[in-house]
Amino acid sequence: MHTVVLTKGVPDFREGQVSFDEDGHLERGKTPTVMNPNDKHALRAALQTKVRNGGQLSLMSMGPPGYGDVLGEGMETVYADDLYLVSDRELAASDTWATAITLATALEKVGEPDLVFAGFKTADGETGHTGPQTCWCLDWPIITHVIALDVDEDSRTVRAKRLVEGDIEEVETVEAPMPACIIADPEFTPSYRQASHRLTHKDLRAETEARAQDHEAHMTTWDHEDLNLDPDYIGLDGSPTIVSSVDPIPKAPAEREATMVEANDEEGMNEVLDAMTPFAAETSGAAGD
Amino acid sequence: MAEHEHYEAIVVGCGPGGATAAATLARNGVETLVLERGVEAGSKNVSGGVIYAEDSAPYTIDDLFPDFREEAAERPITHNYIHNIAGEKVKTFDLTEIHEHDTEWADAVLRRRMDSWLETRVHEMTREAGGGVLTGVRANGLYRENGEIVGVTTDELEPITGDLIVAADGVNSELARDAGLMDWESPDEWFQGVKAIVDMPDGAIEERFDITEEQGETHLFSGDLYEGVRGGGFLYTNEDTLSIGNVFHLDSIVEERAEVVDLLDALLTHPLLAQWIGDDYEELEYSAKLVPDSKKVAHPSPTEDRLVLVGDAAGQMQAQGPLIKGMNHAATAGALVGEAFAVARSRGDTASAGERYVSRLYDEGVMAKIRPAVYDRSRAVTEHRRVSALTDGLIDTAIGRAGLDTMIRTGIVERLYNSPRMMQILPDTTTPYATLPTAIAKRHGERIEEESAVEPPTLEERIGELTYDTDIGNPHIVVEDESWEASGAAVTACPVSAKDFGGGCYREEVRSNGYEERVVSFDSQPCVECGTCAIVADTRWEHPRGGKGVEFKQG
Repeated sequence: MHTVVLTKGVPDFREGQVSFDEDGHLERGKTPTVMNPNDKHALRAALQTKVRNGGQLSLMSMGPPGYGDVLGEGMETVYADDLYLVSDRELAASDTWATAITLATALEKVGEPDLVFAGFKTADGETGHTGPQTCWCLDWPIITHVIALDVDEDSRTVRAKRLVEGDIEEVETVEAPMPACIIADPEFTPSYRQASHRLTHKDLRAETEARAQDHEAHMTTWDHEDLNLDPDYIGLDGSPTIVSSVDPIPKAPAEREATMVEANDEEGMNEVLDAMTPFAAETSGAAGD
Repeated sequence: MAEHEHYEAIVVGCGPGGATAAATLARNGVETLVLERGVEAGSKNVSGGVIYAEDSAPYTIDDLFPDFREEAAERPITHNYIHNIAGEKVKTFDLTEIHEHDTEWADAVLRRRMDSWLETRVHEMTREAGGGVLTGVRANGLYRENGEIVGVTTDELEPITGDLIVAADGVNSELARDAGLMDWESPDEWFQGVKAIVDMPDGAIEERFDITEEQGETHLFSGDLYEGVRGGGFLYTNEDTLSIGNVFHLDSIVEERAEVVDLLDALLTHPLLAQWIGDDYEELEYSAKLVPDSKKVAHPSPTEDRLVLVGDAAGQMQAQGPLIKGMNHAATAGALVGEAFAVARSRGDTASAGERYVSRLYDEGVMAKIRPAVYDRSRAVTEHRRVSALTDGLIDTAIGRAGLDTMIRTGIVERLYNSPRMMQILPDTTTPYATLPTAIAKRHGERIEEESAVEPPTLEERIGELTYDTDIGNPHIVVEDESWEASGAAVTACPVSAKDFGGGCYREEVRSNGYEERVVSFDSQPCVECGTCAIVADTRWEHPRGGKGVEFKQG
């Protein structure tokens, strides 16, 4: 069993981390890179496969050399055995299409993965295209919005529960032959209902702690030549997407006056209640009519 | 029959009983799965706590875990005292002799540190034998096939079967109750312990107790500071903290409607303790636990089908006067279970493990210590109400006082305190706990000149300092009868409730629906999982799911 998780480094958009210039453009240099938050669902699903079915688990990313640290961080959370980074100036400014071609080629070079997991969208591009497009390039079945997963190695099938149209109310169960590509939904819940699963989980954690200390020793870096990729089909040249312009979303005006009242300030609380009483009276009046 | 995950042995609970059982099983190559409901072993455990290694015990905890004393314990206990208190007068006796009786060593312990250390060792040992320790998994009952106990059910996993199931799940063992071996019926079969862990500045313990870093002390307290509630107090020296608490008979707490938190504060603020605690009181943790009275509830045959009980789950907790021993008996019982199973297995007869364990408990003298026949024989007389009233009355007469004077002068009192046999027949009446110590202190005690500057935290602050992972919307205790008659006792007996405190588990409420009705209202959030209300109130009582509920950092 060989499982690969596709992951991406993204700017840390959390308050206090992200920084924008005066025109509202992201300052990449001043904003730290972190693993795409939505990839954690893919990691959870891949980890479940590693714990329950064993085998080798690899993490793969495409991006600048700095993404190596993102992969190292991922190694610890998903107990990965090895890391692959596709990194090359020729690949800069790839859109999802060019990225998919590159990743699919890299996945073929890794060997013969049985399952590939991808996050459902990145926090920067938000397209949700790269995973499915990569899968399309490989010509594998794809199951999206997966919330629960069972792998049967004997029959080489994967059975998944998925949200239809991404709706939590409607769940269907589907099967696909392996190799296959899985896009985990944020609702994905790993299931470890056997004691042996949890014991394996503990073993892997202990094993990985040592390995993650020195994650670079377990990382393979490839450029476009290693992958035998034609520069015309990758990077900016291979990217048909044209971004015409980006408009910042204006901040909602918040100019209402606010008075802070501590919960133990009895007088203040009484004033709040007094102020609220007319509204309460209106509501109950309406209900009574 | 459904196929289930199977281990040769399943051990529920990773305290001293579970740990020694699992270690012995693993050493004999038995595939052993240990299920611990805390986030880490020790996070659910509370004890006084001093752990003993008895000369006469077939196994002590350091037999199975050689580095135990260096790595998991606090201080070796080298001096022991009991203080009889009457107001501000105190008469102290040296108890070192009885503590050294049959004692190879005794160490103060804090359970989070101790049990989590054991967990790591046990996991290494059991993993090698094909099992391991899982934390955050709560066994909630027994799994039966055709009426026979063959495994356990849990909140987190599918049912698991085993050839041996060891219930080492503590005083409120859900497995022992599922098997019908233990109940929660009578308050007179239990003690309740309440404890504070007090932080001490560097070097203060050595200075204030006048001991070295390799020495430690236990102090016991009895007399009139508990308003007639039967029980006593303790103070143990840890590495850089003190364990200070009380242990009372639960029936006495209920009868007196005693606020157990006030009784703890009565001890903490007594002037006698000022010399040790000092002026800056910093409490690290407030905790509580039920203690089975082994004289009455140690199960004479703690086994059923493939199930065996060890430690508190089997009521194996010896509390006889100043002798309070539980963890050592749990450790011995655990090792005996492991050995019994290994022998049974080598004969191809794993079904006989339970019986073999029970006969070892008797052959090795464990049962004789925890459930002495002499107590059963003597209690009919010594605990008879009229006898108790007579002795209590006699102590306060001229003859009684004269006798007492002689006994103290000639050292008889100290000798009696230090007599193991005397302690075995000590009656559960007010005489030894309050009447006698008070009389002794009144006539022979020295007045304590020091004043206490200790200001204990309020119950609200104590609860606020505890760590909880509340299982919101899924309370583990349900009050089945909220009438005052059925459950009112919990308002004072529950260590995290008090009559005039609205933030505890149990609160008094008067409802008026045309007529006035006195009831209790309940909130499981502040629960410290001691089990008191399982006995004194009408509840459906379970532990929270794995990893949920209170998490003790000291224990």
